[in-house]
Amino acid sequence: MLKHIIMLVLMVGLMTAVGWAQEEGTATDSVVQQTLAAPPTNVQAFDTPNDNGHSITIEWDISADDGQGLNNVVKYLILRSATPDGQFAEIGAATPGATTFKNSGVKDDEDPNYFPRETDFYYTVSAVTADGGAESEVVGPVRGEGQFFDTRNGPVLVGCLLFTIFTIFFIRKAKSGAKLYIRPLAGIDAVDEAIGRATEMGKPILYILGLGSAADIATIASFTILGRVAKKVAEYQTSLIVPCYDPIVMTVAQETVKTGYYDAGRPDAYNEDDVFFLTNQQFAYVGGVNGIMVRQKPATNFYLGKFYAESLIMAETGSSAGAIQISGTDEVTQIPFFVVACDYTLIGEELYAASAYLGGDPTLLGTLKGQDWAKAGVIISIILGIIAAVTGQTWFTELFHVGN
Amino acid sequence: MRKAPIIITAVVAALFVLSWLLKSNGAVVDENSMSAISQGFWITLSAFLTLAVMSFLYQDNPFYKFAEHLYVGVSAAYWMCMGFWTTLVGNLVPRLSEGLSNWFEVPYVGFKPHFIIPLVFGFLLLMRLSPKGGWISRWSLAFIVGTTAGLNLPRFLSSDFISQISATFMPLLVNWQGIGSFFSDFSLSASGQFIGILSNLVVFLGVFCGIIYFFFSKEHKGAFGVASRFGIWILMITFGASFGYTVMGRISLLVGRLTFIMGDWLGLIS
Repeated sequence: MLKHIIMLVLMVGLMTAVGWAQEEGTATDSVVQQTLAAPPTNVQAFDTPNDNGHSITIEWDISADDGQGLNNVVKYLILRSATPDGQFAEIGAATPGATTFKNSGVKDDEDPNYFPRETDFYYTVSAVTADGGAESEVVGPVRGEGQFFDTRNGPVLVGCLLFTIFTIFFIRKAKSGAKLYIRPLAGIDAVDEAIGRATEMGKPILYILGLGSAADIATIASFTILGRVAKKVAEYQTSLIVPCYDPIVMTVAQETVKTGYYDAGRPDAYNEDDVFFLTNQQFAYVGGVNGIMVRQKPATNFYLGKFYAESLIMAETGSSAGAIQISGTDEVTQIPFFVVACDYTLIGEELYAASAYLGGDPTLLGTLKGQDWAKAGVIISIILGIIAAVTGQTWFTELFHVGN
Repeated sequence: MRKAPIIITAVVAALFVLSWLLKSNGAVVDENSMSAISQGFWITLSAFLTLAVMSFLYQDNPFYKFAEHLYVGVSAAYWMCMGFWTTLVGNLVPRLSEGLSNWFEVPYVGFKPHFIIPLVFGFLLLMRLSPKGGWISRWSLAFIVGTTAGLNLPRFLSSDFISQISATFMPLLVNWQGIGSFFSDFSLSASGQFIGILSNLVVFLGVFCGIIYFFFSKEHKGAFGVASRFGIWILMITFGASFGYTVMGRISLLVGRLTFIMGDWLGLIS
């Protein structure tokens, strides 16, 4: 009997001990799981430099438990409030190891992503573990303010200024009567020849301004050449067809052609319907232009401006129709197609230079000379840059760093 | 002589109807079969228009003309509608007039006075329709061309000019540790020192001579002429590589179209 009582007491004691141990263990485990990470330190919030004021940048030092210590940080939450003791709302998250976050938005106050500038905000960063977040101290107030000048674009400003100085200098020189040499370009010399050919054959001239908008530099250069071609066409009494892809380009082209006819003293010969809008869809436009080529059989085709995938289709059709073709674009991927399918191709900057060639105006000639000096500056910069790269002078490379 | 076009048109029309019937699986007209009939029509029409456009490779013909005029007309009308409904009704009206917004059933977002400026410029452009007041439209054109060209200049200088200059700043002697080391570790591996030096040298000479080619105010004679000729060679080699690359892309487009003809329409490939 005593033996049974002792056994019972021992069993009860053992079970109680196990129960305590389990409770203790659970309690210990619970403490481990609920241990929060150390909060991020050295949190800073400041207006993002070189922007329009619609963003604030937050930086912090990572939690002591991020990648080391307890190593239990799963992410950082960035919280924002309009007052230091107000309700902080989550505005974004960053991965473990991250030390920066940009709280930004758009300037349109109707947009859901609107971020107001010149409004005070307070921030805190929380190092989040599986059990919760440990928030840093609150920083602020901080407000986003727009900057007038983006200092990262300093090299662009210097480049603009240098180019402007070169250009003004050579324009003044050209206007003072100095002879500025311009080397011959086959594509430019062929323009008059091509117009004359069309006149002799009694066929029209087709002028394609490409798919660019009126703001594209290639299209603007093409307008200048169109003016020159229109003037010649008016003098030779040939017809000119200008199908346009963009309504604004069409309007400018109509004005340009009209001016050319006026300059030639033949305003009566100008027909506004010769410069018309075709369509604003790339391959429908190609189809329309190809139809004009095979039905009206122009003797000369000009493709000058911004071109994309349609370049080869149009140039091949024009070639098979037997037209003499002069092309020019600054789209590097399309130049090869023009080279193989056209009689003359103006490569890249030659298109911009063509306007100066054809006009002979001192202003344009001076611009061309200024561009050449800018290119000389580029060559010198590249040589110096290579020397700097060889000798490890990184400061020189930084001078040309343009950020966005 | 005039019978041939009529016969060809009749044959094409008959083939079109036959294709339509076959693609509709000869379904009788009920509620479920209408979609099959509709689908058969659109597949047949797509195939017809594809073949009509491809027929241009032979010569200009009435079927190509039909496809061309349809495409030009539909696309021009589409873009005009898009311009009206997204630009005028979508953007301008809700910021200028509550009455018009209600009339067009678009949410009014409040009066924004600066939106009057594009409205005025738009009206100035429309003055082109007036024989006497057409010159007024030049104000809008001057604004559009001048402003956008000015805005483009810094972007162009940044992306196409200064960034490209700095990208050329590369050491001509990569990992240089002396001539002895160069020959002892000589390798034609793409990551090797020799290829690295050769690559940087080609980039430098290519850029240098390419720029020389684009000098317009100096005669290309002597050493300048040699550099210029080397520059145009580099350009032409680059254009050749670009040509081949792009042609491969175009072939994939052709394969896509042929897959439609052979698969979706004729059912010859699955």
